[in-house]
Amino acid sequence: MTVSLPVIADPAALTEDHPHRQGLWRRLPVKAKAGAVLLGVFVLAAIIGPLVTPYDPSFQNTAPSLSMHGPYAAHLLGTTQTGQDVLSQLLVGIRLTLELAFLVGVAATALSVIVGVSAAFLGGVWDELLSLVSNVFLVIPALPLLIILLGYLPQKGQLATILVLSVLGWPWGARVIRAQTLAIRNRDFVAAARETGERTWRILAFEIVPNEVSLIAANFVNTVLYAVGASVALAFIGLADLNSWSLGTMLYWAQSQQALQLGAWWWFVPPGLAVALMGTALVLLNTGIDELGNPRLRDASHANRIAGRRLHPMAPTPVLQAAAPQRGALTRFAHSFSRASLLDQREGSR
Amino acid sequence: MPFILRRLAFYVVAAWVALTVNFFIPRLMPGNAVQDIMSKFPSLQPSAFRALQAMLGVSHPGSIWHQYGSYLDDVVHFNFGTDVTEYPARVSTLLGQTIPWTLALVGTATVIAFFLGTALGIVAGWRHGGWLDRALPGLMFLQAVPYFFLALILIEVLAIHIHAFPIAQGYGQGLIPGWHWDFISSAVYHSLLPAFTIVITSVAGWMLQMRNVMITTTGEDYVLAAQAKGLPTRRVMFTYAARNALLPQLQGFGLALGFVVSGAIIMEIVFSYPGIGLLLLNAVSSNDFPLMQAIFLVITFAVLLANLIVDFVIVVADPRARMREATR
Repeated sequence: MTVSLPVIADPAALTEDHPHRQGLWRRLPVKAKAGAVLLGVFVLAAIIGPLVTPYDPSFQNTAPSLSMHGPYAAHLLGTTQTGQDVLSQLLVGIRLTLELAFLVGVAATALSVIVGVSAAFLGGVWDELLSLVSNVFLVIPALPLLIILLGYLPQKGQLATILVLSVLGWPWGARVIRAQTLAIRNRDFVAAARETGERTWRILAFEIVPNEVSLIAANFVNTVLYAVGASVALAFIGLADLNSWSLGTMLYWAQSQQALQLGAWWWFVPPGLAVALMGTALVLLNTGIDELGNPRLRDASHANRIAGRRLHPMAPTPVLQAAAPQRGALTRFAHSFSRASLLDQREGSR
Repeated sequence: MPFILRRLAFYVVAAWVALTVNFFIPRLMPGNAVQDIMSKFPSLQPSAFRALQAMLGVSHPGSIWHQYGSYLDDVVHFNFGTDVTEYPARVSTLLGQTIPWTLALVGTATVIAFFLGTALGIVAGWRHGGWLDRALPGLMFLQAVPYFFLALILIEVLAIHIHAFPIAQGYGQGLIPGWHWDFISSAVYHSLLPAFTIVITSVAGWMLQMRNVMITTTGEDYVLAAQAKGLPTRRVMFTYAARNALLPQLQGFGLALGFVVSGAIIMEIVFSYPGIGLLLLNAVSSNDFPLMQAIFLVITFAVLLANLIVDFVIVVADPRARMREATR
């Protein structure tokens, strides 16, 4: 007896009608959509902005009438003390700040993934050592360290800032990714891949990392946020190439020329507002990604109301507690120094 | 070995890493820092030249390990060398003058922001989808605003236009610092606006974190069971859900402290507040490397100490942790 299975002639039909495929955009939480749109505006401004600047941002017009002139038709955001066009500086500044933040995001996230995944996969003493290193760099405050590093560098260019921010930006992500990798590592599909004789790097690249995409994306967004904040703060205190136009150097010049005290809000407010909106976009995007991965965090307006209280879908009660990992003597010793050791289940051997 | 002692060992390791990084940064950087500094300050005596060389490790008196040893010895004895800008002031004296200001302002404001944010997070997480929860994007905007930018706007509006607060400085002009009422009230009055700035920019972060943990905890079976028993809502909310959600929040507090403190220190610059942040800015703008390095160490040690305190609080606050301590 033969059972006829439905044969799909056109594989494309399968993917098109698949509920997961249709409209990733529509499934995105509102916060993520708002964040993505806002960030998109900034990316667009960064791409086409420098091409359409009405003036050269460094061009100084020494006509006294143009010194700190408020917004009007010829200078939509007014001028600085030396007659430079604020709008042109803003457009160029958005590109430079966003460019720096994205590059730091890519570099630091790559480091986080490498450290986090290898710590979880190597396990044992290596895991504890790598965790120790990332914990140490987490508790050492980054900004003062950034300041002395950049202070010693002879040229404080864009590249130096990117390198320094990337080197100090990975530990948080490495922690989160390590935890997730530990959870995935013992799943059946990884065991299956190992049984079929897949090499370790293949398991890592094609089984583990694709399952952490949302986490890596959230981490990337977080790192970009950190890079925007840190680079603007560093430029504000003068630790940047002050001849280039970024949002931070704009704020530096506005502050050092006393823009606010002299009433030139159009010089000071736009760069600060741009930083704030950029940051808000990134935070919204990140919260949205979180909600995508954890449905309980989502806006509860759709949740059922029973007796006036909103009830949420609950995760099934975990029946099996994950077994405490077996540790060797050295590993156990190293682990006992971490804060996490306080929350361990007691091991039988102790 | 008790948990706290092990954590102490961890912080000693972290402090040693910070010290070592601090030692090697000037030695690995390109360029001759000593010449740079000497050419910037023509008034420096030759003795300062030697002090600088020793501090920056350029003259090589002995092997690098020998220098390293004497450097660690100096730090242990709080000897951070001589300051170049305010020569011949000792760096440790300058630090001693500024640390209390920062500790009082940034410390208090951070703790207030943490408690306020946690309380708001408890309510927002419990009433998930309520008005407080929906106000979150607005608070995120406040969190994304750079500290110093918001501080400058607030100064412009509240101090210059409305005259509700002093514009800058830590205390009124003409007052002599000391333990008398005039000075203390003036200092408190001057710290209100900076503290307010720190609180409103950092409260959203704590709130968001607490809300997320709270939502997850509210879905747990024991919370449902407590409600089914008919316990008062307030009791379920605080004693059952919030207490269990507090632990990850406390851990997060320890880890995020470095970031928060760094931001708050930048904020001091805007208010010309006589704390360590303003000292750092002055050190940066005058290339005063010994002072910069000492400030980095002081801030790092303060954050490590705060983390140790957090560990204490976790052990005391969490019965599970306490029980595990007892059986260790």
